[in-house]
Amino acid sequence: MHGGGGSGRGSFDEDEILGKAYDARLMRRLLGYLRPYRGLVIVGLLIILGLSFTEAAPPVIAKFIVDNAIAPAVNGQIGIDEGLARLAPLGFAYITVLVLSSGLRYGQNILANYVGQKAMYDLRVQLFAHLQGLSLTFFDRNPVGRLMTRITNDIDALTDMVTQGVVAIFGDILVIGTIAIVLLVLDFRLALVTFAALPLLIWLTMYFRRIMRDSFRSIRIRLARINAYLNENLSGMAIVQLFTREGAAFRQFDDLNTDLLNANRGQIRAMSMFFPAVGFTRAATSAALFVAGGFWILKGEMTIGTLLAFWQLVDRFFQPIGDLAEKYNIMQAAMASSERVFRLLDTKATIVDPPHPRELAHVRGEITFENVSFAYNEGDWVLRDVNFKISAAESVAIVGATGAGKTSIISLISRFYDVQKGRILLDGVDLRDLRQQDVRRHVGVVLQDPFIFAGTVASNIRLNNEAISDQQVRAAATFVNADKFIERLPQSYDTVVTERGSTLSVGQKQLLAFARAIAFNPEILLVLDEATSSVDTETEHLIQDALAKLMVGRTSIIIAHRLSTIQNVDRIIVLHKGRVVEIGTHRDLLAQRGVYHRLYELQYRAHESESPMKSA
Amino acid sequence: MTSSRATFFHYLGSHRLQLLVGVCLAAGSSVAAVVPPRFIGEIIDSLQSPQAKFDDVLHLALLIVLFAGIEAVLRAGARYVMLDASRKAEYSMRNDLFAHLQRMHLAYFQHQRIGDLMARMTNDLTWVRQMMGPGIMQGSFTVMVFTFSVLSMISVSLKLTVIALILMPLASLTFWYIGRTVHLRFERLQAQFGDMSTKAQENFSGIRVVKAFSQEDAETKDFAKVNHEYFDRAVSLSAMQGLIWPSISFILGIAVLSVLYVGGQDAIRGELSIGALVQFVAYLYLLQMPMINIGWISNMFQAGWASLGRLQEIFSAVPKIIDPIDPVTAPIKGEVEFRGVSFAYGQTIELHDISFKVPAGGSLAIVGPTGSGKSTVVNLIPRLFDVQQGEVLIDGIDIRRRPLEQLRRAVGYVPQETFLFSVPLRENVGFGLDEKLTDPQLDWAGDVSQLNKDVEDFPARYDTMIGERGVTLSGGQKQRAAIARAVAKDPRILILDDALSAVDTYTEAEILRRMRGVMRDRTSIVVAHRISTVKDADEILVLDDGRVVERGSHRGLLEHGGLYAQMYRRQLLEEELEVDEEREEHEKRVKAQSDEGPPLGMRPRLGGIGGEP
Repeated sequence: MHGGGGSGRGSFDEDEILGKAYDARLMRRLLGYLRPYRGLVIVGLLIILGLSFTEAAPPVIAKFIVDNAIAPAVNGQIGIDEGLARLAPLGFAYITVLVLSSGLRYGQNILANYVGQKAMYDLRVQLFAHLQGLSLTFFDRNPVGRLMTRITNDIDALTDMVTQGVVAIFGDILVIGTIAIVLLVLDFRLALVTFAALPLLIWLTMYFRRIMRDSFRSIRIRLARINAYLNENLSGMAIVQLFTREGAAFRQFDDLNTDLLNANRGQIRAMSMFFPAVGFTRAATSAALFVAGGFWILKGEMTIGTLLAFWQLVDRFFQPIGDLAEKYNIMQAAMASSERVFRLLDTKATIVDPPHPRELAHVRGEITFENVSFAYNEGDWVLRDVNFKISAAESVAIVGATGAGKTSIISLISRFYDVQKGRILLDGVDLRDLRQQDVRRHVGVVLQDPFIFAGTVASNIRLNNEAISDQQVRAAATFVNADKFIERLPQSYDTVVTERGSTLSVGQKQLLAFARAIAFNPEILLVLDEATSSVDTETEHLIQDALAKLMVGRTSIIIAHRLSTIQNVDRIIVLHKGRVVEIGTHRDLLAQRGVYHRLYELQYRAHESESPMKSA
Repeated sequence: MTSSRATFFHYLGSHRLQLLVGVCLAAGSSVAAVVPPRFIGEIIDSLQSPQAKFDDVLHLALLIVLFAGIEAVLRAGARYVMLDASRKAEYSMRNDLFAHLQRMHLAYFQHQRIGDLMARMTNDLTWVRQMMGPGIMQGSFTVMVFTFSVLSMISVSLKLTVIALILMPLASLTFWYIGRTVHLRFERLQAQFGDMSTKAQENFSGIRVVKAFSQEDAETKDFAKVNHEYFDRAVSLSAMQGLIWPSISFILGIAVLSVLYVGGQDAIRGELSIGALVQFVAYLYLLQMPMINIGWISNMFQAGWASLGRLQEIFSAVPKIIDPIDPVTAPIKGEVEFRGVSFAYGQTIELHDISFKVPAGGSLAIVGPTGSGKSTVVNLIPRLFDVQQGEVLIDGIDIRRRPLEQLRRAVGYVPQETFLFSVPLRENVGFGLDEKLTDPQLDWAGDVSQLNKDVEDFPARYDTMIGERGVTLSGGQKQRAAIARAVAKDPRILILDDALSAVDTYTEAEILRRMRGVMRDRTSIVVAHRISTVKDADEILVLDDGRVVERGSHRGLLEHGGLYAQMYRRQLLEEELEVDEEREEHEKRVKAQSDEGPPLGMRPRLGGIGGEP
């Protein structure tokens, strides 16, 4: 592997970092996912509208507390008792607004999260279902790690955007608008003084945003470089050490690291200065308000309460403006993610069901290859002009050297891929005229490295198919000799197994795969059974016996490495470099002394004679 | 640095002056921050008084601007100094971690998955930096702003201060409870995220089985279930998380209201001026920031400390293969000897009592079935692992007594799994050299390894970038590049660990023939599967299950009729199968390639390392 890439590589990729913060097309498509919840969305918007009022209210109430209760009493315009009496209802109003505001804020938060999470839940399921429909060619080309990132991290970034970005931006704008109106109503002259600070604030925000964005980008690129270098050097540590390159590698790492340190300076400077600068602007605006307000108060044209209300509202007015800049980051990350997710959603399945599929009432299991040529990559033929016919209930072994195209034949019968030339017929019907599910329902596949799903032993046999009863699961296991080892497991059929860290041996997994195949009772059985080294003799015997039983009464195509298996089949098809070179029974083919004879000597006889040697 | 605490203070300590300056600046800015409310109060009071003058108001407002300016400058300075210190600490920590990892032995990397190490050196390091930078910075601001605000509040009115802060214990308790619950729910969410990832990964990896059994819909339903649980937990997390902000503003609002209400009564009774009341409310607003930040800071320290623990695990790992205290530095001639070597990897014994001796300039070949211990034998020579029993000697001296660097410089090693770096091909070939590889050196190494002819097809020849951002080499090309890399070092001892497996037989013969010339007075040890690779070696060891079962020359071993002879026969059969189609092609190439090369018949093939048999 070059540079020890691995699946984690994608996250260190420089190209994935950059993106724009807003793309109308993507946004429209994203918002489409909110449509099913538009009722809730409307409620949410009303709450936000309410919130923008409760946000503006407390300073206004404080104004009345000062102007109508405290100031007149202090100035002796009303009596102390009257002043105290006026204080009570205003305090009550204040507390009402407070409760209302907290409640609305909480409700809005819950609602935004619920709707956002639900919508992205839908998207995630949709993406998963879409991936299920894509053909194997797609999975061959896209590493699992990349698909994982799409369905986990990328969608999480979108959730953040929907729950925090979109809603909060809308809320911020409403709050800004409402407070602006309140300011104008309270006193339009002071409002203008406040607004005078806006250009400065907006300029500050934009200015620092730009610095932050640029340095953010250059930091991310350098970080990606460091991580790629680190990943490569950790993976290739043995080579570094063998070639005594530790010093040179360290110097290079230090260079990258220093580069990052320097790139950080810009961001640190911006981060250090932005908040104090905004704070200063706010303070300076307050000072201007006090000067202007003081001027008009002294002229008797304004009350102290109004001035104090402005002083408090300025904070609430400036806060969301600063926040808007912060939302930019969330939006940027989300836009890049949504682009990747949608690109995946737009990937067309290359193998699709026909618009008017043929129905197979009763499958006999006859398989015909007619002039089949097939290549995974254009022009790189794996099968060339293959012709054969396998009758119903016949058992056939396919043999050939590595790379002869055996596995491809199995994949083609399951229609994992489509042939480029010729056709494959099931009971005389082209596979492409049938529904994929219909084909696969009748074809049971046992793969070379049986895959174990996280779940129990039983769930691995019935594979989500509730129609298969516990009894049938047990019967299937018993039939393929898997019952004995299963019953020895701690919880028998309910023992939890996983693919990684599995407690099952390769041989046991194979038996389990047999049980899985037989539980579905297919008319056609495909077994990929190439050399597996680590099966003990006892299990080996069980596997052979199970295989023999499985083949009875159904069309079986076996890619076998066991001599006993190929001796038991009706016919053998010999593949060599993608062509069928010989077809016949074991005895006939041996007598021909052709390719099969040599393969037999090499793979089967030599193998048989070497085994005792190895165990000796 | 033996503990997280020691590590923490070590990296902070190396910037202690900077941090001290930062804390002082933060203190200064916090003091400056509590001044303006006093002026605001005075403005309000002066506006109330009958002899109010506009000049006084203007004067006070300018003072507000002045102190706000001082506060902003000091605050920016404190932020810069402290954030910068944390970045520098992160820088040194990253360097130190890397340098430490470079000293670790190979087994460590096999044990510790690379992905996990990467996660520590990226995510965990980030968390530690967040703790050391923004964490400490906000922490000191919070403490100081809180202290100075409360002191100022007391100076205005002790009674109002008590009323305002009476809710503090309740608030702390609420935030503590919410914080803990949020933390728990977050963990639950993360666990479910893991489950969801596993489910997706399992499905994508097993997509063949899924499709073969038409499980697409059932799998989608299954995934939807896991996903729905994730959704439930995310919503339950946000239900708790969403409480934080409303409850902060609620508690703060109650405090403001209480102050306005009680203070308002005082003002009405003439016990407190309106200005003083406003000044007091201004201090309450100053308290807002510390209150919000407390939860955030404690999270930062919790996460940072946990991450630091994970980094500490790397720092605490002890390199097992190190230089001797008293090294022997005599130049290496190249005699390699194994004396009763046994080696176990974990519980399984890989090698049993292996002994052999290759004289300087001699050649040894090792064959045997997969898993018989061939690679293990050659891994011991450059000390990728150390033997547990017996000795490996070079020129009669135990390799553990040599400086590691001298030993490894003397060995040219071509590993079984080729690893090339994402740098230009030229740099890959010259990887083992201190100086830049010269053109003649490159040409020579490229000729020996038969890499030159491939390179002609590359866009920028030897300057072509290798890897994802450049060309992807075939298995054979990679192996040849690795051979060129080992040869370019001009080593005393050359080791090929099954390094010709992906090279076609014709090229293999060419490489071996050239190497024979190069290795005339060097020691070579070759591990191989193909008989053709090993047949000309001075001695051939046949390993099975970690023991030497046969040894001798090619001819002697054939006569012996054991495992080696059996392998030989199998390979002849294999060739027969292949040769039908390939012979003509090969013969054509042989003719075109060279006149001096002997014609390539069906068998026996050319080559082998070392002198003539």
